Amino acid sequence: MLAHSIFFYIFSLIAIISAIMVTVSKNTVHSVFFLILDFISISCLFIMIGAEFLGMIMLIVYVGAVAVLFLFVVMMLNVAQQKNQWFSASENSQHVPIGLIVSLIIFFELIIVIGGWKYKPDLVSAMALNIDKNISNTHSIGYVLYTDYIHIFQLSGMVLLVAMIGAIVLTFRQRSGVKRQSYFKQISRERTDGVETINVESNKGVKIDD
Amino acid sequence: MINIGLGHYLTLGAIIFTIGIVGIFLNRKNIIVILMSIELILLAVNINLVAFSIFLEDISGQIFTLFILTVAAAEAAIGLAIIVVYYRNSSTIRVEEINSLKG
Repeated sequence: MLAHSIFFYIFSLIAIISAIMVTVSKNTVHSVFFLILDFISISCLFIMIGAEFLGMIMLIVYVGAVAVLFLFVVMMLNVAQQKNQWFSASENSQHVPIGLIVSLIIFFELIIVIGGWKYKPDLVSAMALNIDKNISNTHSIGYVLYTDYIHIFQLSGMVLLVAMIGAIVLTFRQRSGVKRQSYFKQISRERTDGVETINVESNKGVKIDD
Repeated sequence: MINIGLGHYLTLGAIIFTIGIVGIFLNRKNIIVILMSIELILLAVNINLVAFSIFLEDISGQIFTLFILTVAAAEAAIGLAIIVVYYRNSSTIRVEEINSLKG
């Protein structure tokens, strides 16, 4: 129990510090690196608490796909050296105190909600999907995900499909002046289009490129 | 302090959520950092859902975390595509200079 709490504090401290570094760091590439560190420490917390499938999925999806996508875009757009300073500049000092006050109020509201709520009395007995301790976390997610939540699961697949099509359509660009291969013209070309048979008369020859 | 309960995880979620909010409010330079702050906010929501799911022994919180993960990935892809297109058109993604909606 003591080791559990020590590891909880270590991982959550790393997560909080790296989340702060994501927002304040001057270099955007460093922000992406701290975002990766944040995801990794949170997924360690998930694995520690007993949701190991979600922890691994977070590693695969966030670190493997989303963060790499961020890195790719940052390096492609050449904004890595762009200064990301929002405390030092004098011209934009208008919104910094108000933004800080509003976010502090949001934080205290969240803390009040966390400290003040309690369960409904019959909550535990009213729940339908209790975790079975005898099967693993992945098993229990799979039992529920493909039976009770199958429609939402397929809808999330549709969301991913729409996102993929949208990203391709947004970034697709037809360049002018570039010779492209036209598959349809290539396939539909026939012998009569390319070759012509001519009866050559003797001693006269054939005139090419008429 | 020694026994880690639900409140600890909820507090961690609240802190990371607030850091994400601060990142959105106070960032004036780079719009990619705003997208990263949105990812932080979704991460905080995921922490809350997983903590409730474990401490209430109900699996449906983890299912919803999976769906939030899906939506976050889709949102990152679309947002980055929009940023790439905007950078191609106006060759800047500084938040201060994106003011064409001001009229």
